[in-house]
Amino acid sequence: MTEWRRPRHLREALELLGESPDRYRIVAGGTDVMVERHLHPENAPAGWLDISGLSELRGIARLETGELRVGAMTPLSAVREDAAVRESWPLLAASAAVTGAPAIQNRATLGGNICNASPAADNPPVLLAYGAEIEIASAGGVRRIPYSAFHAGYRRTVLGQGEMVTGLWLKPVPRGSRQYFRKVGTRAAQAITKVGLAAVVPFGPDGTVRGARFGFSSVAETPCLARTTAAALEGRSPLAVPSGEIGALLEQDIAPISDLRSTGAYRRQVAARLVREALQAGHFQ
Amino acid sequence: MRSGERDFSRNPLRLDGMDKILGRTPYLDDLHLRDPDLLFAATVRTTLPGGVLEGIDFGGGTDWSDMTVVTARDIPGTNAVRLLENDQPVLVEREFRHAGEAAVLLAHPDRRRLRKALLQVRLAERPAGVPVFTIEAALQGQAETIPGNTYTEYRLEKSGPRQETGHPDTVIAVEVETPSQEQLYIEPQGMVARLAPDGVVRVEGSMQCPYYVLDALVQCLGLPASRIQVVQTATGGGFGGKEDFPSVIACHAALLALRAGGRPVRLVLDRAEDLRVTPKRHPSRSRVRLAATPEGRLQSVAFDFDLDGGAYRTLSPVVLSRGVIHAPGPYRCPDVRVTGRAVFTSHPPFGAFRGFGAPQSIFAMEVAMDRLASRLEMDPAEFRRKNLLCPGDTGPTGDIAGEDTHARKALDVALERSGYARRRTEHEAWNRAGGPTRRGIGLATFCHGAGFTGNGETHLASRVTLAATAEGKVELLVSNTEIGQGAATTLVQVAAEALGIPMDLVVFGPVDTARVPNSGPTVASRTCMVVGKLLEKAARRFLEQLPPAGGKGNAPGRPDFQEACRKLHALGGAGEVTETYAAPPGPAWDEKTFQGRAYASYAWAAYVAEVEVDLVTFETRILHFTAVQEIGHAVNPQIALGQIEGGIVQGIGWALLENVVWNGSGVMANDRLATYIIPTSADIDGIDVILLEEGQGAGPRGAKGIGELPMDGPAPAIANAVRHALGVDVDRLPLTPEYLHARLAEQQEVHSWLSK
Ligand SMILES: Cc1cc2nc3c(=O)[nH]c(=O)nc-3n(C[C@H](O)[C@H](O)[C@H](O)COP(=O)(O)OP(=O)(O)OC[C@H]3O[C@@H](n4cnc5c(N)ncnc54)[C@H](O)[C@@H]3O)c2cc1C
Repeated sequence: MTEWRRPRHLREALELLGESPDRYRIVAGGTDVMVERHLHPENAPAGWLDISGLSELRGIARLETGELRVGAMTPLSAVREDAAVRESWPLLAASAAVTGAPAIQNRATLGGNICNASPAADNPPVLLAYGAEIEIASAGGVRRIPYSAFHAGYRRTVLGQGEMVTGLWLKPVPRGSRQYFRKVGTRAAQAITKVGLAAVVPFGPDGTVRGARFGFSSVAETPCLARTTAAALEGRSPLAVPSGEIGALLEQDIAPISDLRSTGAYRRQVAARLVREALQAGHFQ
Repeated sequence: MRSGERDFSRNPLRLDGMDKILGRTPYLDDLHLRDPDLLFAATVRTTLPGGVLEGIDFGGGTDWSDMTVVTARDIPGTNAVRLLENDQPVLVEREFRHAGEAAVLLAHPDRRRLRKALLQVRLAERPAGVPVFTIEAALQGQAETIPGNTYTEYRLEKSGPRQETGHPDTVIAVEVETPSQEQLYIEPQGMVARLAPDGVVRVEGSMQCPYYVLDALVQCLGLPASRIQVVQTATGGGFGGKEDFPSVIACHAALLALRAGGRPVRLVLDRAEDLRVTPKRHPSRSRVRLAATPEGRLQSVAFDFDLDGGAYRTLSPVVLSRGVIHAPGPYRCPDVRVTGRAVFTSHPPFGAFRGFGAPQSIFAMEVAMDRLASRLEMDPAEFRRKNLLCPGDTGPTGDIAGEDTHARKALDVALERSGYARRRTEHEAWNRAGGPTRRGIGLATFCHGAGFTGNGETHLASRVTLAATAEGKVELLVSNTEIGQGAATTLVQVAAEALGIPMDLVVFGPVDTARVPNSGPTVASRTCMVVGKLLEKAARRFLEQLPPAGGKGNAPGRPDFQEACRKLHALGGAGEVTETYAAPPGPAWDEKTFQGRAYASYAWAAYVAEVEVDLVTFETRILHFTAVQEIGHAVNPQIALGQIEGGIVQGIGWALLENVVWNGSGVMANDRLATYIIPTSADIDGIDVILLEEGQGAGPRGAKGIGELPMDGPAPAIANAVRHALGVDVDRLPLTPEYLHARLAEQQEVHSWLSK
């Protein structure tokens, strides 16, 4: 029989992980791991570490500094509904609302969406665009790193042995920034993303782009930031950039492939069009 | 009756509705799980796309002593799935033609042990020949598996006097392809078989055609029909997918049960296996050449229609024949030549799916009609209106269109209801304004013949029985199945109406071959029309047979009727009434020339789709959909609307989303619901259905088949709308964003959008 542990305190959970890091597989909402368990029963771990009882990982809190902490175990339906998220980080509410469908959002957690490390996941682009930080804990302590440094390769993260994600931190977005999110899926709902873009485009007093961030899904082996494109746009008027140039810049940032869901050519073309749309008319301003 | 209207007198609740909504209906997967004798079954399948099975290695890693194992050698009867031809083995013996063919069957009470054992069996497969995966490759005949790689070739030819105009005709030629499509019934295929103590092999499961299953078992087990009993369990959808394949797994389950000494064996496919190995819609290729006078009168239709039949013949000839007959559409044309071929490929065999070949050829014809209209510089609606069959015209099979020809009426109602002319103008103005989307409106006019083609119903000679019960009710005994389409309710309604009694005095009997006569398969929109009509006739004779009761003459009250039924029941079999099908008068059908009366009745339809294409993502959204359908008589309009709305959603899926992707062995690669994409409710906006009821069909009170038309019309209407929106011709389905992106990129002028 497979062991199932459901600790009530973070310390307890971290100790279990620290003692036998290879033994346990973390299960949060289970919406990814249970599907995988069904498809590949032979890969089942010796034990499951159910983190749903850890109150330290739950809830959304806005601090006096203006920062927001979202506990890793927060279900996406709570993220979607949260007043502070909707007001100040609307892209996160938008991405949570299009992750699967309501029944999935009730179980699926933000931490699970990130740690599952799928390049097609819907919330990572938003966290990249907001410049989020990720809080990682182990029996040895807690560290905070930029989320953009979290994904190490195809379905790999920088999480070390005995570590788990405990929360995500978001800083206030500069006033007057254009915010944009669009998921291009295989259909209107309950769809896996073919190309997704979250963009935050701040402007200087002269109306030029200052510090834009473009977070993509499904165009590389990890969720990724289009750094070259953002750098090339710095200091320019958003309307002065032709689509052709955006397409050429993106070549350095993304590497889309053809698979069962779409083609590389389509993803490349649409990625450029989404950037263009984000620059012209962010959905959330 | 229109969408949104409710009239409970004509629309009693579905008899099976409440149990299904409340999750109380037991499906096969829910049955027998507590039976301690139950064995679970699994199938070892070939992996190469054709070859020779040279041996079977049962690996040493598992204990085989208590495992039930069946191979081709254990088949007591004929090793062939009984259908049109005995070319498909029940289990591979040596030669096989596709990947995914069953070779070894295993059964065990412990599912984990079973799964382990399944991985232990190794088939020694030797490739033979070059697999062919496309119609083109099959017809080039590089590797002939059957002569010319062609199962069947049909020709429909009609020639009559042409209209002489003194001007050259306008001619267009179109080549289009349509993909396969998965039926995606909610409940996967499954059977439970056992050997009863009385020596009867009892097989129950999810199916459309119990007598097909019975016939297959007779042949495979080599037992007389009297020793076989087939029972339909609550069936979670079929759409044609449970027409022929249940026969295959019924044989598998029964072979295992015999081998296991009669213990019950449960063979239920999981979704991925079901997607990979069960028959789907035939892929097609159509080459259409149309000619019309400068005034827009259709002068000739030349149509080459090819279907990919897959690796065995199965039902392909019949699917082909329906496709050929429907190819020229509901149009008047003096010169019609259709050649149809069903070809061999190395894919698992294709099979029945709602529409049965007609959606494929109708798609090609309707796309061609729009292209010809453009060439003639005529509005597509006006062009169609000019050419639609009217009473007195000679149709493509040489049959004279009778009074029951309502093609024009369907079109006129559709144009009015959808505001076609106004919407067309509005969409064109929208497109000129140059925003981020393009809009279009498109049309399809078509008809669909109900019941078996040609002399099929005569050959079937269906029988239905009405029997009085001890409770004083009337039991309806048919082999037709409730598969979610509402047939049980509809047939009970027909019988109750004809008997002049409330519905609760009519019972839909268990679909069990030990009890019901063979009233034919549940396919081809025949159940309500053909079987319903037989029930109507049987009801009349039943009333005559009813002994007098309560002395109230011929309009008995409820207690009297029940008393009379009880008396009749006391007579036993003698009190039952059985009605047998007899062909109605009319021109005969000639299977060689495809001339004559192809179907007892046609239903007529005009569908209008309005679409919006997003120029950023190339996604197509249906803005509005109008479906006008003349169906003779709606026994239960609510059920009819449900059939049509559901079918349209399936049609929208085929048009825009559903794409069977083949792996290198010719098997479906996207074998998960995460990768085989069907529409959700969020993908569908308003569907406006208008039923026209002219009451002249061959069914009860003039009813006709309705269930397949909603699969015929959406794809061409949507393709024509997309063409209107984007100004590009489309030549295949589905119209995915990837396809439209590639298509637009090919177009020089559109390039300006891409680089803007
Ligand atoms: C029907 C369906 C539809 C879906 N649609 C979408 C969609 O549209 N978009 C989308 O992005 N996703 C979708 N998903 C995937 C899934 O729902 C999300 O990725 C979800 O957010 C995962 O969260 P979870 O809590 O269920 O994770 P789990 O399944 O519990 O865990 C996922 C992985 O993360 C690890 N993990 C979880 N929490 C932590 C932690 N705190 N620290 C370290 N490791 C951790 C687990 O060990 C596991 O490897 C869908 C899933 C289903 C079943």
